[in-house]
Amino acid sequence: MLHRFANPKRFMRLSGLLLPWMAGLAIALVAAGLFMGLIVAPADYQQGDSARIMYVHVPNAWMAMFCYTAMAVASAVSLIWKHPLADLAAKSSAPIGAAFTFLALFTGSLWGKPMWGTWWVWDARLTSVLVLFFLYLGYMALYNAFDDPTRGSKAAAILALVGFVNVPIIKFSVDWWNTLHQPASVIKMSGPAIDASMLWPLLLMAFGFKFLYLWILFLRMRGEINTNKIRMIRLRQIHGQAG
Amino acid sequence: MESILKFLQMGGYAAYVWPCFILTAAVLVAMLVSSMRFMKKSENILKSLQGDDKETDGEA
Repeated sequence: MLHRFANPKRFMRLSGLLLPWMAGLAIALVAAGLFMGLIVAPADYQQGDSARIMYVHVPNAWMAMFCYTAMAVASAVSLIWKHPLADLAAKSSAPIGAAFTFLALFTGSLWGKPMWGTWWVWDARLTSVLVLFFLYLGYMALYNAFDDPTRGSKAAAILALVGFVNVPIIKFSVDWWNTLHQPASVIKMSGPAIDASMLWPLLLMAFGFKFLYLWILFLRMRGEINTNKIRMIRLRQIHGQAG
Repeated sequence: MESILKFLQMGGYAAYVWPCFILTAAVLVAMLVSSMRFMKKSENILKSLQGDDKETDGEA
């Protein structure tokens, strides 16, 4: 299955077929999530309408970790099996993940001000997410820091793998350390500690963002595959002219 | 009208709630549009190059 998908030509065909579905699902789910979150869901009994920030903050934060995990897995596949598509998947995930991480930090800050009385605290959850943001930036910088693109991709892949240690730290930071940030309320052993009227819009947004990620990822990977082909054709042309 | 105003006020948290939604939309749409452009541009260059390539192949 993985091998069939791993052929760039097949990937172009399959992703071409899937793109409109990703786009449709992303738009429909986010639209439904926004409607449910902003209009149908009640205000929180403690936090009032500020709790609605959750419907963008939490999906952004989940995607920040999801994209990094995808990037680390793709980097591992690229390092071990030297698969070019895995390398492109990792490279293309980085800017998307960085965008989600930035948004998680920004929306968290805007939620923190009215609820905690501060824009920012250097506690475990917030600091580890900031580190995640810098890991994304470092990955992108390292990828482009070498004249030889294969060296850049290898160095960046190693950084992605080493940095993956941060992902469980983010996840469990609210349990391991005292923090202002509240602990998990959706993914829990005892089931979600959140009412269905708030859980639904949250899940709709989260799945909508997941399809949005796939949509953007496929667009970027197709662009990268084309760019590689362009480079090869140009090289061949120069070579042909020289000979 | 009044209910729309009430909705926009977000129980007094409008200054915090709306920037979150607007910025998230802006950043994600910008990401999407720039990725679409990147793909389209590469597609166009590839098409024109493949046209050239076939011509030169034909000559050779």
